[in-house]
Amino acid sequence: MRRLAAEVLLVAGKDLRIEMRSRVVLNQVLPFGGLVLLLFAFALDPDRGLLPRVAPGLFWTAVLLAALLAISRSFAIESAHGARDGLRLSALDPAAVFFGKALGIVTELLALEIPLASGMFVFYDLEGQGWGILVLSSLLATTGLACAGAVYGALAGGLDVRETLLPLLLLPVVAPVMLAATRSWEAALGGTTADAWPWIQVMTVFAVLYAALGALVYGPLLEET
Amino acid sequence: MLAVSLRSATAILGRFPALAGVDLDVEVGETVLVSGPNGAGKSTLLRLLAGLVPLSTGEGRVFGNDLMLDRRVFRHDVAYLGHETLCYDDLTTAENLRFHARAAGKSSGLVDDVLERVGLGRLRGRCLRLLSAGQQRRLALGVVIIRDAPLLLLDEPHAGLDAAGRVLLDRIVTSAGADGRTVLMASHELDQARAVTGREVTMIGGQARGGVVARAGAPDLAVSR
Repeated sequence: MRRLAAEVLLVAGKDLRIEMRSRVVLNQVLPFGGLVLLLFAFALDPDRGLLPRVAPGLFWTAVLLAALLAISRSFAIESAHGARDGLRLSALDPAAVFFGKALGIVTELLALEIPLASGMFVFYDLEGQGWGILVLSSLLATTGLACAGAVYGALAGGLDVRETLLPLLLLPVVAPVMLAATRSWEAALGGTTADAWPWIQVMTVFAVLYAALGALVYGPLLEET
Repeated sequence: MLAVSLRSATAILGRFPALAGVDLDVEVGETVLVSGPNGAGKSTLLRLLAGLVPLSTGEGRVFGNDLMLDRRVFRHDVAYLGHETLCYDDLTTAENLRFHARAAGKSSGLVDDVLERVGLGRLRGRCLRLLSAGQQRRLALGVVIIRDAPLLLLDEPHAGLDAAGRVLLDRIVTSAGADGRTVLMASHELDQARAVTGREVTMIGGQARGGVVARAGAPDLAVSR
């Protein structure tokens, strides 16, 4: 177990170090997410009352689109210089590679969500309440998104058409998570936190399901794609 | 004891049989040159032995491990130098070697020594993307060394290396042979490669032709040990 944890941290640390040096998420994905929120704000501007009501959906749409870029980037770095072969040749447990990739994506997405949410609260004029639910929902939804993204990213990563294939594979699968995260945020921001719990359960089940699935299938995925 | 044993081994890439019935035995500690024209199957043979290409039919064993059953089992015993570095653009030379050492379950304490050995000591803080092609090739050699594996699979190792780099490579191969490691080297630089290998296998049309040719005057590293 200790070896698995060390290998997870090795893979995640490698991905995060590469991101810190290349700054793709910071310089490209974060502005992209901000732009999505800004464009929606302009589009809905005539109806000032609508914007706060649809804010949770807009936020998670922006996160989802940004996540596609972050996941695609996470597997693009394995395509250059045969690095994917390097991973396969290593003695790393495939489950550790999966959890490491997922942990890297979770960290990057959370770092993305904090400034996006902060900006949204300011510019969409939202009232801050239900913070615990907001944070818990974000953690669970991001974990589910990253786990599913790591599975489908690896599946598409070995193919030449990965950039176009990844959204096709991932978007239908993560729709329940995005729906649950949106409903949970709506409940938290609306002051009806009790309504959020069923959606939190949905996100928990999804995250556990895809974490288990990824741990099981990652070996064959790395080998056969 | 045999390090490598192939019987009627075939490997299909797409619909094309890149290996069409290879018979080959390599004793532990032997240093073998794999020669042949372009497209003869030299690279596929080495990738098969690294577990990167599946064995389609026939029998294959690496250190007694069946290639048909699980290609992952013996990978920690293999160091593979392919056409690519297996490294990451945005990691430094030292970080890349450290990652490969830890991923292979080896000590990362030798990183500085290995960098010095491959002539990259002064470039330990430089990212892969900033290295010349020859320096990248030296880093790939560093990955082979730091994996400290009993079987070295070197595919066109002379490519991209300057005169000093070729001397360095020859030293690495000779030293590996003297340490009792098994080396299979595919190369078009026949004169240089023959000088450091004990025998030669010629690949033609996906098959090992002419069996195993022992060369008079060539250093028989297996025997000299």
